[in-house]
Amino acid sequence: MGGFFDAIGYGSWVLTALLLVPLAGIAVVLAGSEAAARKAGLAVSLVVFLLSLPLWFLFDPATTGLTQFAAEADWIPQWGIGYRVGLDGISVLLVLLTTALMPITLLGSFRYIARRQKAFYAMMLLLEMGVIGAFVALDLFLFFMFWEVMLVPMYFIIGIWGGERRVYAAIKFFLFTAVGSLLMLVGILYLYFQYQRITGTASFAYVDLLQVPLTFREQYWLFGAFALAFAIKVPLFPLHTWLPDAHVEAPTPGSVILAAVLLKLGAYGFLRFLLPFFPQAATHSVIVGIMLAFALAGIIYAAWVAAVQPDAKKLVAYTSVAHMGFVVLGIFALTVQGLQGAIIVMLSHGLSTGALFLMLGMLYERRHTRLISEFGGLAAVAPLFATAFIITALASIGLPGTSGFVGEFLALVGAFQTFPIVAVIAATGVIFAAYYMLPMVQRVWFNPVDKPENRSMADLSVREIVVLAPLILGMIWMGVYPKPFLDRTEPTVSALVRFVDQRAVSVPDRVSVVPVADAEGVAVVLEEEDPR
Amino acid sequence: MSVLSIDYSTQLHYLWALLPEVVLSIGAMVVLLVDVFQREDRGGPSSPLVFWLTVGFTLATAVANGWLLTVEEVVPTGMIAVDAFRVFSNYIFLLAVVLFLMMSGRYLDEERLRSGELYALILFATVGMMVFAGARDLMVVFIGLELMSVPIYVLTGVNRRDPRAAEGALKYFLMGAFSSAFFLFGVALVYGGTGTTNIALIGLTLGPEGLGSNALVVLGVAMLVVGFGFKVAAVPFHMWTPDAYEGAPTPVTALMAAAVKAAAFAAFLRVFLTAFPGIYGVWDALAIWLAVLTMIAANLVALVEGNVKRMLAYSSIAHAGYLLVALAAATITGAASFLFYLVVYTLMTMGAFAVVMVVGRRGEAHLDLEDYAGLGWSRPLLGVVMTIFLLSLAGFPFTGGFIGKVYILQAAVGRGLVWLAVVLVMTSLISYYYYLRVAWYMWFRDGEPAVDEGIVVSTGTRVALIAAAGLVVLLGIFPGELLELAERSAASLFRQPGALAGPLGF
Repeated sequence: MGGFFDAIGYGSWVLTALLLVPLAGIAVVLAGSEAAARKAGLAVSLVVFLLSLPLWFLFDPATTGLTQFAAEADWIPQWGIGYRVGLDGISVLLVLLTTALMPITLLGSFRYIARRQKAFYAMMLLLEMGVIGAFVALDLFLFFMFWEVMLVPMYFIIGIWGGERRVYAAIKFFLFTAVGSLLMLVGILYLYFQYQRITGTASFAYVDLLQVPLTFREQYWLFGAFALAFAIKVPLFPLHTWLPDAHVEAPTPGSVILAAVLLKLGAYGFLRFLLPFFPQAATHSVIVGIMLAFALAGIIYAAWVAAVQPDAKKLVAYTSVAHMGFVVLGIFALTVQGLQGAIIVMLSHGLSTGALFLMLGMLYERRHTRLISEFGGLAAVAPLFATAFIITALASIGLPGTSGFVGEFLALVGAFQTFPIVAVIAATGVIFAAYYMLPMVQRVWFNPVDKPENRSMADLSVREIVVLAPLILGMIWMGVYPKPFLDRTEPTVSALVRFVDQRAVSVPDRVSVVPVADAEGVAVVLEEEDPR
Repeated sequence: MSVLSIDYSTQLHYLWALLPEVVLSIGAMVVLLVDVFQREDRGGPSSPLVFWLTVGFTLATAVANGWLLTVEEVVPTGMIAVDAFRVFSNYIFLLAVVLFLMMSGRYLDEERLRSGELYALILFATVGMMVFAGARDLMVVFIGLELMSVPIYVLTGVNRRDPRAAEGALKYFLMGAFSSAFFLFGVALVYGGTGTTNIALIGLTLGPEGLGSNALVVLGVAMLVVGFGFKVAAVPFHMWTPDAYEGAPTPVTALMAAAVKAAAFAAFLRVFLTAFPGIYGVWDALAIWLAVLTMIAANLVALVEGNVKRMLAYSSIAHAGYLLVALAAATITGAASFLFYLVVYTLMTMGAFAVVMVVGRRGEAHLDLEDYAGLGWSRPLLGVVMTIFLLSLAGFPFTGGFIGKVYILQAAVGRGLVWLAVVLVMTSLISYYYYLRVAWYMWFRDGEPAVDEGIVVSTGTRVALIAAAGLVVLLGIFPGELLELAERSAASLFRQPGALAGPLGF
């Protein structure tokens, strides 16, 4: 199999194709008729998925540098900006999550999006391009462009196809996310200038800027600038307030992509940029303390708030805050298990929360409400639907045998090694998860059928089964046999932890910047130079 | 092919050095004369002959301007600079004029404005801009300033039937005259301190060590900052701007916001980077605080402006703030970022005003946000191009506005002004709100059925809109060529006269 892919040079063009196909897809969707838009959109996203699928098999976990499937070309040479893309064990899974969820989401939106379909599917494809671009970019300028450009389609998706308060939610989402990113831009430029000052050449390349020696003070400020951008996107408590509004007002497919993929970008930023770029700041006890405190607060506070929500969609939105708290917890534990746990939680949350939003959307299509009190006893009316919902809810809680368990367990184990007390408190979050999720399940699916409208509710259609089945299979697969996922991330994560540990101890004051292809993965070695 | 060397000891060489200005002046007079013999009845269509003459002379000027690149200067102290910076800025003015000509035709007929007068005035104003931005002597700079300003005063009030126009023109004229006085006083003081009005020689006199303690020079520099501050509409010298911009016919507003501001900025930059780099420590704080004030105040006021034309006026003040950051950096990168930004700024601002013009319809009666409700769905072309212009004005990736802003940020960070860069991005963030508000009216609201009734996009406007939007996106994705050009042109501004033979030609 490898032979065939080598023969067509798959590795050298696949990432570029993943960016260009959605872009071309936009043109196709816009050129076609309104009626054909959804089919065209689905077809394009399927093509992207099929193109990306071999990545799962061809990715070599042992090679941890960002060299796999890499491509490079000059773009704005005056500023040292290049089109540089590549994958490692972290990003490969996130790219696959994105490409796999997109066709599912689009198929799931066939009924929900009834008007202005051409524009809608064009926006979704633009969003897909932006997300994939941000995951694969190995040039900080390129990364920033993709990072920012995602806001535009999301803004329109919420604002045009959203609910009652869509304008408010769209602008809030936009401004919140933009605050952080703009400061990050200044941070990126600062790194760029330091690199230029030291080496005399301009470059925005990830591997180049990684070598910029920074004093602790500089790390502190830059950490702040980058962390704000990522923490808002995650979102980390107390910067999460845009999320419930955006989720509730966004149309179903918007919520799904927002929860399943966009939030992951924040955590991805932590892993890709924050830890390796500013290791001293990222391991400083005060900063770690703050991040963990926010993560804990998020886990527990979001759980309590979720428990009292009358609107099921808002409830699920708050669970995102709690889940992402576990991700941040795992990341700042800075152990291999912790980081792996964080990645599994990210994937698992993508599947389970995505599925929950899709199903709430299906309920909404049937009943035009999302209030929990409007439902009741639906299990008897729609048994298939109920089964799917309950499995997903249990995966979201983190029941053993589902993906949620593996991720949260690993994150907690990882955190326990470094911060036992924090891990113990966070573990109560799992209990709270049951506390908010199970009553909702009870009130929607069990209890007597007291609303006449609910008696005739349709069960899942074939299309809906096709939408939900892969997600549920994924949750169970990851829960029962997580080895393939862990295998793919383990070497990259270990290399990252070693790299951060090593650099956190001492960053030499004067550095000769000698790039060495490091077998450990992060392709950089810092060598001390004699101070003259 | 032998290269012509401009040597101002030969009188004829002044003519060569001023070739674009000469061509354009002749054009303006020809247009004026021909127009006299055209029969334009009230309400009748404007004369195509006058239009095509104007276009022809503009293009001829562009050719002459390009020819200047093949010419060499003997010394970089001549009264008129012959360098890439001048050629580049001239092209910006010409680009604005071309966009004006493309978009304004139908509007002038509809508002019953006599196109011949307008075109002649605009050509004269453009000559003024070119002299203003290309002069290397403070007296010539002043001549350029007035030659540009007087036709623009007239143009602001050219629609005699509109009381807003009269008010705007009067305010603009009074404030403009006031600022000219400041400017002249500054020139006099600097002359008193240095003994020359040639900016290259002032730069030599003040030298790298600087005459920072010379009170005359310091005061003169401050006066010049005020004078230029009025012309570029920096806060707190911006009071005339919203009224003048609102009162002027929209295409003229577009030209004012783009070309007139560009010319004032180009002159500002040339004077300060040629004459006063040695005493940077005297005026850097002035430039920085002017930038900070302008960015903050303009963006905040624009937040509450419900009239799109006025909102764009404040937006153009805010952009003056960003350009002042480039000026405050006072480096080659700063000057280059400034040139690049001006090109993008001209495209996006004129594009946005063109949309306002089209949506405004007869008598400019539809300028409110409400008039944009659902426009994106009823008029997709206008909606899409306006969204592109707004995103670019806000500085979003994959638009030229983003690259331009990053360039300015680079200049600021490179100068060590990180906090100024932070102010720039935070104020841009404020601007997101009011730019996006137009977008949300256009796309998130379903307008009344009649909201787009009577909107006509003429062919010229359509071409101008599509071209401007296309260029904005193109510059956002492939800015390389223009960056290169801007960098080279900016570098020409920094040729040190001291490195060559002594002062000559005076």
